[in-house]
Amino acid sequence: MRGLGGFINYLRRNPALGIGLGILLFLMLFSTVGEMFIDPDDAYALSTPINEVPSAEYPFGTDSQGRDLLASMVVGTRMTMTIGMIAGVIGLGVGTVLGFMTGYFGGLIDTVIKFIVDVLMTIPSFLLLIMIASSVPDPDQMSIVQMGLILSIVSWVRPTRAIRAQVLTMRERAFVMMAKLSGMSGMEIIIKELMPNLMPYLAISLAGAVNGGVLGSLGLQTLGLGNLREPTLGMTIYWLRYYNAFLRGMWWWILEPVFIIALAFIGFLLVSIGLDEFANPRTRRTV
Amino acid sequence: MSTPLLELRNVTKIFGSKDNPTVALDDMTFALDEGFPKIITVAGESGSGKTTMGMLLLGFYGPTRGDVLFRGQPLGELNRAELFKFRREIQAVFQDPFAVYNPFYKVDNLLSIPIKNFKLAHSSSEARELMEDALERVGLRQEETLGRYPHQLSGGQRQRIAVARALLLKPKLLITDEPVSMVDASLRSTILKALRGLNQEFGTPIFYITHDLTTAYHISDYIVILYRGSVMEAGNVDTIIRNPKHPYTQLLVSSIPWPDPDIAWGGGQEMIQSSQVAFKAITGCKFAPRCPYKMDICDTKPPDLFALERDHAVACYLYRDSEVIAREELASVFVEA
Amino acid sequence: MSAPLLQVKDLKVYYHVEAGAVKAVDNVSFSMDAGVKMGLVGESGSGKSTMALAMMRMIKLPGKIESGQMILDGTDLVGLTDEEMRQTRLRKLAMIPQGAMNSLNPVMRIDRQLLDGPLDHGVIMSKEERTARIAELLDMVDLAPKVGKMYAHELSGGMKQRVTVAQSISMEPDLIIADEPTSALDVVIQRQVMATINRLLEEFGLSLILIGHDMGLMAQSVERLAVMYAGKMMEIGKTREMFRNPLHPYTQMLIESLPVLENKGKFQGIPGITPSLLNPPSGCVFHTRCPKAWDLCSEKTPQFTEVQSGRWVACHLHTA
Repeated sequence: MRGLGGFINYLRRNPALGIGLGILLFLMLFSTVGEMFIDPDDAYALSTPINEVPSAEYPFGTDSQGRDLLASMVVGTRMTMTIGMIAGVIGLGVGTVLGFMTGYFGGLIDTVIKFIVDVLMTIPSFLLLIMIASSVPDPDQMSIVQMGLILSIVSWVRPTRAIRAQVLTMRERAFVMMAKLSGMSGMEIIIKELMPNLMPYLAISLAGAVNGGVLGSLGLQTLGLGNLREPTLGMTIYWLRYYNAFLRGMWWWILEPVFIIALAFIGFLLVSIGLDEFANPRTRRTV
Repeated sequence: MSTPLLELRNVTKIFGSKDNPTVALDDMTFALDEGFPKIITVAGESGSGKTTMGMLLLGFYGPTRGDVLFRGQPLGELNRAELFKFRREIQAVFQDPFAVYNPFYKVDNLLSIPIKNFKLAHSSSEARELMEDALERVGLRQEETLGRYPHQLSGGQRQRIAVARALLLKPKLLITDEPVSMVDASLRSTILKALRGLNQEFGTPIFYITHDLTTAYHISDYIVILYRGSVMEAGNVDTIIRNPKHPYTQLLVSSIPWPDPDIAWGGGQEMIQSSQVAFKAITGCKFAPRCPYKMDICDTKPPDLFALERDHAVACYLYRDSEVIAREELASVFVEA
Repeated sequence: MSAPLLQVKDLKVYYHVEAGAVKAVDNVSFSMDAGVKMGLVGESGSGKSTMALAMMRMIKLPGKIESGQMILDGTDLVGLTDEEMRQTRLRKLAMIPQGAMNSLNPVMRIDRQLLDGPLDHGVIMSKEERTARIAELLDMVDLAPKVGKMYAHELSGGMKQRVTVAQSISMEPDLIIADEPTSALDVVIQRQVMATINRLLEEFGLSLILIGHDMGLMAQSVERLAVMYAGKMMEIGKTREMFRNPLHPYTQMLIESLPVLENKGKFQGIPGITPSLLNPPSGCVFHTRCPKAWDLCSEKTPQFTEVQSGRWVACHLHTA
């Protein structure tokens, strides 16, 4: 695919990837460029009149703590996505290293890591996260970065497994045999031969890990395990439940974060589907 | 006698689980010498163990019992420098012309990486010259091939580049596993000719693995017929194909569809349906269940290798009056008669 | 003289890709009588596999039957609706595919797969009739009745291929198209499978089109041989005559490059590479590799003409 033009052309044939990336791009712009149009301070409590229905002055309305929900959504999306990114990037990084090492070299390390991965996959990761999050001193002072780090404790597990599986199959391919015959060492083969071919899978793992991080943070924060001041999407949901937004018919408070979360989730899902299509093209273009 | 370059010593390879083992290779001893510029074919059906032999010789898997030795040392005991030398001196051409290429890189990679790793050229222009030279020898032009990705070339071109790689590296031994089976008929001759050239001009011994006896006949000097992991017949390829002695070889040769409508398929020999029964432990000759000449002695223990001529040995009780060759001496049939 | 069983007239099958139209089958015509075994031989890119799919009307996008006719026993297959074609498959026209490993359903027992086709075509059978028919079909291909209760992965390559043969004859079609039925099999098994196919053809009076690239197999199996190259038909004739006296230079070179007992050590290939089907050479598609080509060959495409009774060739040497 040559350059941007070729890429855009490809997206026409892979609508899932195109739409997914579009959604994620939109969310990114919303949370970054969007900040130029709001006052971030308004995202914190006691900034505005409370319980305002959406109007010209407050397009997204306000909540029971006096937050401008438009500002809240903009800032919150950025924060939640950041948490997800931290968990995702660390998860992918660790997963890549472990996945390649165990998949290619096997041996004792493989047996040990495989055991740990299998155990961690059976333990409900959410319970584990709750345990860890609640044992942190002052969970309500937790920073975005700290939350991201907690989530990365479990976000590396699936990528490791997925990458290891791919490496196991790829390792038997004839071009790896050729590389050995050409005098390449194990590490060289991993980096130069295997990794480029696994880029789509790495990207899929990244999408999955970021998504997992976002969902994990939402889960923890909805339960109140997070910084109560910060307007992350998860905390917004915590507060709307705390203040009984459902019973009080404050539909705007409920729909806004839910809609954004749903968009993010769909975005990541479509990107995964699109990348899968890229990695395993159903229609071969060559003759 | 000098140390052979590469050898299998009493190698047995078993796949599968304890309850359902498959013996791919059964107590095989085989040696390949450096200064022996001949082409030796190992032929057999699928399940014969021929590909397993290749993989063991290349060190891609280890034997269940026995040793694979490079210049007298077991592969597992080679240090880093010796292992590098092993890789330098033993090369291969595989069956699938697409699978040997990493689809991410241009085909030049297949040639340039070994040149770089084995320091075959001192500058990039020298490297380029080496590549062009090798490509010419297989009838390819560099402007049509270099700089392209594998999917942009045909199967025949890709396989020829793989052979060009072997020519370029001038290994001490070339192991080829069905190098022409996935290539068009019109191109097979070109590739076989290039391999023969490597053998004759540079004295490189070639270990040719195939199930196709016609190409084996054409390119090789000697042949070893395998059946279910054991040697059935071995020796001079002309003698064996024109006048096979082992009932299994006879079956194989008679099943070749010669491209001549006047040579009847089967040559009149009766065909025995292959057994539908799963592989189970056999105490005697492995071919006995399918053999039209089976005798009682065939079920007792596997037959020894009987020498019919200096360059022709058969593992069959029909020839039990002939002199016995120890299985360890299999390589002794690869001589001029 | 009865009409031929199959008549293909000016068939064109093109694959429409971004870069243009790939002319996989370009203006191919031939005819075949009933009860005949015909071979269709060609190398990669010749169009022979596309022909097989086209005859079964199983060409998938981006491929399309552009034009032409395929008249089987009086009916033009190209003009049939999808439903009519579905009825025709297996009943009048059956295919033995390449790579039997992939054509059998891995989660269905063999007996169900054998009867799948006939039942779908509306044949009503009682339970006893079914059991009997399964045993009958298996016996026809020399397989024991117990194979019916097995799954595909429990069978060897040769056995799987024989099951696909049994499937293809289950409704006694007029014509069987075998697309490289033995290419994945060893020499010994190949001979057995071909012997089975031959026996069935004789027993039921069926016709066969055997598609492949192995000239040796063709020499031993078929009475008529058709040679394709780069999407076009080059030569058709009686197998024996084609081997004794090939008219087209491509056929000549193909036969000369084959290894036989007599020519050990002589390696003769066909120089050059197969042309692009996207931009085929002008005039005769073989002229770039033909040792006998002259000016006319690059200018004008030769007509596929009957030069002797039953012998057709597309070459200016014989038709100009």
